[in-house]
Amino acid sequence: MKAHFEQEAVLLNARVGRLAAAAENALQLAVRAIRERNPELAREVFADNDAINQEEVRIEEECLKILALHQPVAGDLRYIITLLKVNNELDRIGDLAQNIAERAIDLAEHPVPAAGIELGPMMTEVRIMLKQALDALSCRDTGRAAEVIARDDTVDRLHRENFRLIKQGLIRQPEAADYYLNMLTASRHLERVADCATNIGEDVIYLEQGRIVRHAHLS
Amino acid sequence: MNAEPTHPIKIAVRHLNFFYGPHHQALFDNNLELETGLVTAVIGPSGCGKSTHLRVYNRIFELYREQRAEGEVLLDGVNLLDPAVDVLELRRRIGMIFQKPTPFPMSVFDNIAYPLKLHFKLSRSELADRVEQALRGASLWDEVKNQLGKSGLALSGGQQQRLCIARTIAAEPEVLLMDEPTSAVDPVATRKIEDLIAELRGRFTVVIVTHNMQQAARISDRTAFFYEGRIVEYGPTERIFTNPTNPRTEAYITGRFS
Repeated sequence: MKAHFEQEAVLLNARVGRLAAAAENALQLAVRAIRERNPELAREVFADNDAINQEEVRIEEECLKILALHQPVAGDLRYIITLLKVNNELDRIGDLAQNIAERAIDLAEHPVPAAGIELGPMMTEVRIMLKQALDALSCRDTGRAAEVIARDDTVDRLHRENFRLIKQGLIRQPEAADYYLNMLTASRHLERVADCATNIGEDVIYLEQGRIVRHAHLS
Repeated sequence: MNAEPTHPIKIAVRHLNFFYGPHHQALFDNNLELETGLVTAVIGPSGCGKSTHLRVYNRIFELYREQRAEGEVLLDGVNLLDPAVDVLELRRRIGMIFQKPTPFPMSVFDNIAYPLKLHFKLSRSELADRVEQALRGASLWDEVKNQLGKSGLALSGGQQQRLCIARTIAAEPEVLLMDEPTSAVDPVATRKIEDLIAELRGRFTVVIVTHNMQQAARISDRTAFFYEGRIVEYGPTERIFTNPTNPRTEAYITGRFS
């Protein structure tokens, strides 16, 4: 009985790992598409995201099957619930990567104004957060999970800074509105990816400690 | 142990040790506080002392000369192990349901009437009323109301078990001890007994020994995990089944016990 559960949990874990790699890859492509102003690269993200969406549904079905058939409790229950929630976050990251890729396609059609926006530092930070969150999950490392959660403030700050620069740019060069609005949207999507990474970090803490740290300030 | 009681304490076990003979200690320093009106599940591997612990509460062990309990079990603050306590009255206040149904070899009606006659002085009509109340209380009335004269032994296993519950609650106990009450009945009868336990909750303080983890999780408010005669962990069922503190509890409830 136990052997069956463990076998299924190992398979499920491997699938979530592959989905994580796909989501990470989609984000990386989308970020490169913006940086290199490359619509071809951006279109690759669309296909990747379709695959992510399909796999997310299959993983959810698998989690529901395990819950129904094995009725796990304690650490086993938290494990399946965590994978179910992380699965959801990964799907969301895939969607955000696609949104960023759409901005990349639009941006490629508009010239970069003199006062261009530099998304580089934010992209780097978000990718590190996502990588750390996924490492924390695979190693069940709450220390690394806590680092991810702390890092979210940096990304929020970078987004606010982008917002300020974009607003200035719009005032000075209203004719570059398309460029600026696309960059604002891209910055917003990146900030959301960081939120997803943060959620994964919080899920890891729940998995290991049984504590829900989300919205901890409210209780 | 690690549980903040939210209801008045019905039974407080203090430093309970139990011996099956001079060289065989079965319980070691058990401490437990059972809350009034709640359902407490007692879980643990075979031979860990669950049933032994329960059998102390109504002093049924005293039927065997070799067996001995040390420590205190306070029922509403009075140590029930005190020799001055009237055992017959104690067993009325603390009823017990066993693994295998134990109907008396008499009619359904007399199965319930017997303990009533033992404990109370009742007129014939009062007796009939109380028998009906008890059978209704055990969710059995509708199934047996037209066959009260039939032998209790002729009922199905699940009905026999509910007859035993009816017989026990007829004596108006305060505490119901159930030692694996559903292990000998099929899933449908199990479901009926579990539903019954949910209805008894509040009116009685229920302690149930079970090997079925899902059952413990479904029907109890508190769970105590026993291992090798010791209480390893005790707390709200919800917490024990989502986030147990002790690694041995985790290993047992997730089925990884070696």
